[in-house]
Amino acid sequence: MLSSNIKGVINGFPLRIEVEKVVEKQVDFNPDFLKNMFSKIDWKALADASKIMGYAELPEEVPDASVLDSDEFLQKFHHALLELHLEEGALVCPETGRRFPVNKGIPNMLLHEDEV
Amino acid sequence: MISSVLSRFSTKMPSRIAQIRLTSSHPQVYEPCDDSFALVDALLADRKHLLHHRPSLCIEIGSGSGYVITSLALILQDLKTTHYFATDINPHALKVTHETLQAHGVHAELLTTNIAAGLDRRLAGMVDVMVVNPPYVPTPEAEVGGDGIAAAWAGGENGRSVIDKILPIADKLLSEKGWLYMLFLAANDPLQICLGMREKGFASKIVVQRSTEEESLHVIKFWREFDGNEGGSLGKMGSPKGWEFLVSQFSRFSFRK
Ligand SMILES: C[S@@+](CC[C@H](N)C(=O)[O-])C[C@H]1O[C@@H](n2cnc3c(N)ncnc32)[C@H](O)[C@@H]1O
Repeated sequence: MLSSNIKGVINGFPLRIEVEKVVEKQVDFNPDFLKNMFSKIDWKALADASKIMGYAELPEEVPDASVLDSDEFLQKFHHALLELHLEEGALVCPETGRRFPVNKGIPNMLLHEDEV
Repeated sequence: MISSVLSRFSTKMPSRIAQIRLTSSHPQVYEPCDDSFALVDALLADRKHLLHHRPSLCIEIGSGSGYVITSLALILQDLKTTHYFATDINPHALKVTHETLQAHGVHAELLTTNIAAGLDRRLAGMVDVMVVNPPYVPTPEAEVGGDGIAAAWAGGENGRSVIDKILPIADKLLSEKGWLYMLFLAANDPLQICLGMREKGFASKIVVQRSTEEESLHVIKFWREFDGNEGGSLGKMGSPKGWEFLVSQFSRFSFRK
């Protein structure tokens, strides 16, 4: 769900993920929310990120919106989007190599003064 | 014996806002204060509208102790379908926010960042409720920002430095039906803020007005105005009549000295 905002980086999203530790959290399943998010999300970024975090169940190509009728698909989407958490590691801007550390599940996106 | 009676009582009547005794703290993090309470009171006052609104995504900018975002999550707990985000520029604040959320059994995605940098592109047009108790105290410009406790209140000239950066980001993040609840000090000139927001298509109204010994606080709710969209609230504030109403609200509370 993160993008990089370093000045001058136009295609800052998606960030590369460096995994040290992933945790899974149980979140209430909400199909309406998922259907709403589906149209807005960068699918490939989500699929890639999930894979790096050890969950390879999502299709790599953007699925047709008809998959939203499948409960099985929604469950997978739900898990990848809401239940996988990068607990320790980093988000890395692919263009500048700038690393944003993630500690205890909290990414630190603050830029140094010379980057603002 | 008494404690068992009390605990039975409390499970029957779940508290709808965060409890101070469960709110975590840290010497470098702003503790809940009159302004925090005014903002939560505004959310409570609007509780029915908020439940009816059924927000999917809520975000707090500058969550500090987590008292406000935790309260919002508890107020909306019955919905079960809402996701929460909270940001702060102070890394300690998010640790404390995390502890406060956890102590109340609710969850939010946390991010150390300047306002919403890193989120604003992903969440553009998706946020249904945004709450902000910004650093609003007029101070020298040099005191604004930083990752310590001063960032909690230092607002620069007229206390507007950070406020004026947050408002365009709110416009970007808020969905068509999105609502913003934001706290201001009289010195921030909230009437002028409302007029500026009106140019961007936002109607507004005062939800809570409160004077403490030191401060005159206002919580203002903003929503995008379309025909027939009344923000679940009183009248229409964007129409000529509504605009007079807005001004009269402010003069009633004598904003300007
Ligand atoms: C007045 S305190 C409010 C804290 C808490 N929400 C409450 O109501 O008790 C303002 C908070 O905003 C944070 N803050 C200040 N400038 C910020 C910025 N540019 N981006 C994100 N958070 C900021 C401060 O660190 C502080 O925690």
